Amino acid sequence: MGATAKTVTATDWRADFPALDQSVHGQPLVYLDSAASAQQPAAVIDAVASYQREDHANVHRGVHTLSHRATEAYEGARDKVRDFINAKSRSEIVLTSGTTESINLVAQSFCRPRLQPGDKILITHLEHHANIVPWQLVCEQTGAELVVAPINERGEVELDSLLGLIDDRVFLIGMAHISNALGTVCPVEKVIEHARQRGIPVLIDGAQGVPHLDVDVQALDCDFYAFSGHKMFGPTGTGVLYGREAILDAMPPWQGGGDMILEVSFDKTIYNELPYKFEAGTPNISGVVGLGAAVDYLQSIGMQTIARYEQKLHDHMVARLSNVDGMRLIGQARRKASVQSFLLDDIHSHDLGTILDHQGVAIRTGHHCAMPVMQYFGVSGTCRASLAFYNTHDDIDRLVAALDKARELFA
Amino acid sequence: MSDAAPDMQDLYRELVIDHSRNPRHFGRLEDATHTADGINPLCGDKLRLYFRVDASGTIESSSFEGSGCAISIASASLLTEAVTGLEVDDAKSCSATISTRLTTAAPYANLDAHLENLKALDGVRAYPSRVKCATLAWHALQAALTNDTQPATTE
Ligand SMILES: Cc1ncc(COP(=O)(O)O)c(C=O)c1O
Repeated sequence: MGATAKTVTATDWRADFPALDQSVHGQPLVYLDSAASAQQPAAVIDAVASYQREDHANVHRGVHTLSHRATEAYEGARDKVRDFINAKSRSEIVLTSGTTESINLVAQSFCRPRLQPGDKILITHLEHHANIVPWQLVCEQTGAELVVAPINERGEVELDSLLGLIDDRVFLIGMAHISNALGTVCPVEKVIEHARQRGIPVLIDGAQGVPHLDVDVQALDCDFYAFSGHKMFGPTGTGVLYGREAILDAMPPWQGGGDMILEVSFDKTIYNELPYKFEAGTPNISGVVGLGAAVDYLQSIGMQTIARYEQKLHDHMVARLSNVDGMRLIGQARRKASVQSFLLDDIHSHDLGTILDHQGVAIRTGHHCAMPVMQYFGVSGTCRASLAFYNTHDDIDRLVAALDKARELFA
Repeated sequence: MSDAAPDMQDLYRELVIDHSRNPRHFGRLEDATHTADGINPLCGDKLRLYFRVDASGTIESSSFEGSGCAISIASASLLTEAVTGLEVDDAKSCSATISTRLTTAAPYANLDAHLENLKALDGVRAYPSRVKCATLAWHALQAALTNDTQPATTE
């Protein structure tokens, strides 16, 4: 079934990723864990290596040639990111260590000074812990309340319920663009539209949005958009906080140090302009260079092309998995990215993960840092196959064959 | 894919599958004198072990309840079989024996007859990410018999 439908392009893309070309337990690797961390194309690996070999120095501080080159490379990557998500200005691109830091920055710098007891932060039931715990912390610090919009058994955010929870005390809405555990594409456009009308800022956790969708923050009209480099085929330890310029401008710095200041004396320190105000200390320069290369790489294929290809592959995966006896699909939203959680018979997800690993198939097992989702579905964890554009129909065939094998073993 | 099969069967031996499917002494033990929880935060495995120790210090009966992967359930089930009838001190030393057996690379030592079945867990040595599943119940046993109030965890 799979072989004839395999597209030439995916095979070509796959060849760009050196890590995919290996055997695990004697079987060619099938990597179905990109939602946890995506592999990096040679273009990213090489960009980082050549930066390290030839251009490395600290940024923004030296007059010498290498420092200049490093600064160009680092700031060049910021420009690429701005273009990638279509932000209005490079001042709106704050480089962080990842989605987690981006969200914490908003919680601590934007929310904490303004939140009053009784104010509310509204999130949804399908959030990653990174979009739950920072809000719990700031609620504890300020006496604000965390309010959670429900999901349904398909794993969709219930839009009407969410909108019904919006009242004058809601200070900020935080929600995922795409659920990492369920693959659900959330109705962020509608939420943002309603929130805008009421003047409520919205933060989108785009960790899973950016690798799968063509994200345009101006079209979305959100106030914050957070994402991670390593989920979009770039290096770990890199990430982005997009923030609307006027909002970022009004926020105090959240960490102090070098680079984020214009002038320091013991009487008074003048903070640097955006976005440097939020980038204290020497940043992850080589990582950011790699992030820039990842943007170049993705743009050379085109996010729309990627989204179209992945959608087909996703539908194929779901169709094949549905035909496996004993299969329980968890997450069946009508709008979904190429991620599928499932359970097979009563086999524990960790057992299944080990058995699949033995056949060279890498999936994620457990709670996926989304324990409330697991609680909703009444399970301790799930198996999750997450696809990128470097996956093929063959990979799905291998997954299904490996699952059949697991059933035999546990029969 | 056949060459992957023997390895998997070494981990999921028949006895392991059997005990995970039909755990022995499963459920709460009324009038338990010793109990402890074992939690593996990484996997979400949760076990509660119960022991009834008589006046002379012998484990009269054992049971467990909870949820987890095949390895952790089988290990707990095998444990209840192995330690029932032992003196508390002997049971504690079993715990040490099994933990060492599963976590070191040392050659396998001979096991006393009552521990013989636990050889079924030997396969986990080759799976570093799964060793904790097998040792969880044994940590909990240790905690129960020393009456630690904290749940045993694998971390
Ligand atoms: C939806 C979502 N949000 C946030 C995060 C956290 O990202 P990071 O660990 O890169 O900060 C993840 C990563 O798993 C995620 O999938």
